[in-house]
Amino acid sequence: MDLLLGGVRQAVALLLAGDGETWAILWLSLVVSGSATLISLAMGIPAGTALALVRFPGRGLVVSAVNAGMGLPPVVVGLLVTLVLWRSGPLGGLELLYTPAAIILAQVVIAAPIVAGMTLAAVQQIPREFRLQLLALGASRVQMVWVVLREARLPMLAAVMAGFGGVISEIGASLMVGGNIKGQTRTLTTAMVLETGKGNFDVAIALSILLLVLVFLVNWALTGIQQRGTGP
Amino acid sequence: MVRALGALVLAACLAAPAEAAPGAVILSTTTSTRDSGLLDVLVPMFERATGHTVKTIAVGTGQALALAARGEADVTLAHAPDVERRYVAEGKLLNRRLVMYNDFVVVGPEADPAKLRGEPSAVAALRRIAAARARFVSRGDKSGTHALEQRLWRLAGVVPAGPWYIESGQGMGATLALADDRRAYTLADRATYLAFGRRVALKVLVEGDRTLLNVYSVLEVDRANGSRVNAAGGRAFADFLLAPETQQVIRGFGVERFGRPLFVPIAGRPDADFE
Repeated sequence: MDLLLGGVRQAVALLLAGDGETWAILWLSLVVSGSATLISLAMGIPAGTALALVRFPGRGLVVSAVNAGMGLPPVVVGLLVTLVLWRSGPLGGLELLYTPAAIILAQVVIAAPIVAGMTLAAVQQIPREFRLQLLALGASRVQMVWVVLREARLPMLAAVMAGFGGVISEIGASLMVGGNIKGQTRTLTTAMVLETGKGNFDVAIALSILLLVLVFLVNWALTGIQQRGTGP
Repeated sequence: MVRALGALVLAACLAAPAEAAPGAVILSTTTSTRDSGLLDVLVPMFERATGHTVKTIAVGTGQALALAARGEADVTLAHAPDVERRYVAEGKLLNRRLVMYNDFVVVGPEADPAKLRGEPSAVAALRRIAAARARFVSRGDKSGTHALEQRLWRLAGVVPAGPWYIESGQGMGATLALADDRRAYTLADRATYLAFGRRVALKVLVEGDRTLLNVYSVLEVDRANGSRVNAAGGRAFADFLLAPETQQVIRGFGVERFGRPLFVPIAGRPDADFE
């Protein structure tokens, strides 16, 4: 219990003192996981929408794969991305391993199926008749998709939160592809494991508190957008 | 919608920090050197002196050496002499040079059920633990510490197995915490034990035995291991570790925090001195 209180005090002290390293770690985590979430949205929303609206042979298999992808273990993703980015791997020439870009790449692999799968479910729960009606009223296909996505925005913002929550809290992939290098690829979660391993439990608790606050603030902002204009 | 998504992607690309300059030196090393804080002092010194950027990948010694042998690192700082010599003999790593040493200690609970206190020999101590079937926590992770532990069991003529032999599969810190919780013995490097000293009730029971010397060497990676190996950068880091000024810094490291140095520099000494 004294450790927990000490951790809270330490967290406040670290931030107030303007500890450059802590702020840098916090910022890196936010930028990396934020970018990964944005890229996942750019990929997952069109993919999920298309899967919901277009019928094609083998669709069931693809949908199952996306749904299974929602539970991809980060450590598996980390290992695969590491092998691909190794100097001896297919993308070794890019020299991306142990950079923030590598962590973003791994996190996109984790978050994109989550966004796609939840978008798919969100769009599919809009009745088919609604879409047909829109088309009958003279809407183009693009307009129809736009209206459907607007209708599905509540569950889709939940997809954003799930995607971001999944990657900001993930450790296996960040550790493997980033290497937890001080000042370069150390994120909140990898720093926490490191400090715990060193026996600096107060610092680890301080970092945990920062992570929780960060996740809360981001979700608070997203919830604000989600609930805007939706009365009880 | 399309424009909004385009803007998002653009923002994401801009937000992603630029990748490191090519030619960065990848150093694979052990968690103990990083956890002790020594690399936080040495790496910036090297970067300032040479303009190289270093990417320090701290993993178990087994993995650190394997990464280097595959050409996924440019230089490695390890502490598993037997394994290192094997890689050198196979021609996968070169120019093994001693850098420094510290020592391992056998720690255990205050009650000391296997009566190790006062035992000068680490091998005899392990034999006693096995005979008493007293709990012992092993790293079990192919780290340098684990390699030494296995060597000691071999010398003791004991194949450790049974409910008293616990494999943590984790780093030194976590292993010490586990041993403390289970009131078990374990083998720890002194630096990590000192760092954890205020957290655990474990006592140093066996120390000062020659077999407990923890010798760190630097090994270089040849371009033959992979076309993208930065051999010159790796060589520069190895030379830096052995330079007199660096060795002086190693000699003084740890005094501030623990009241005693953590490592003894030994650049230029022959391997035979530490057999």
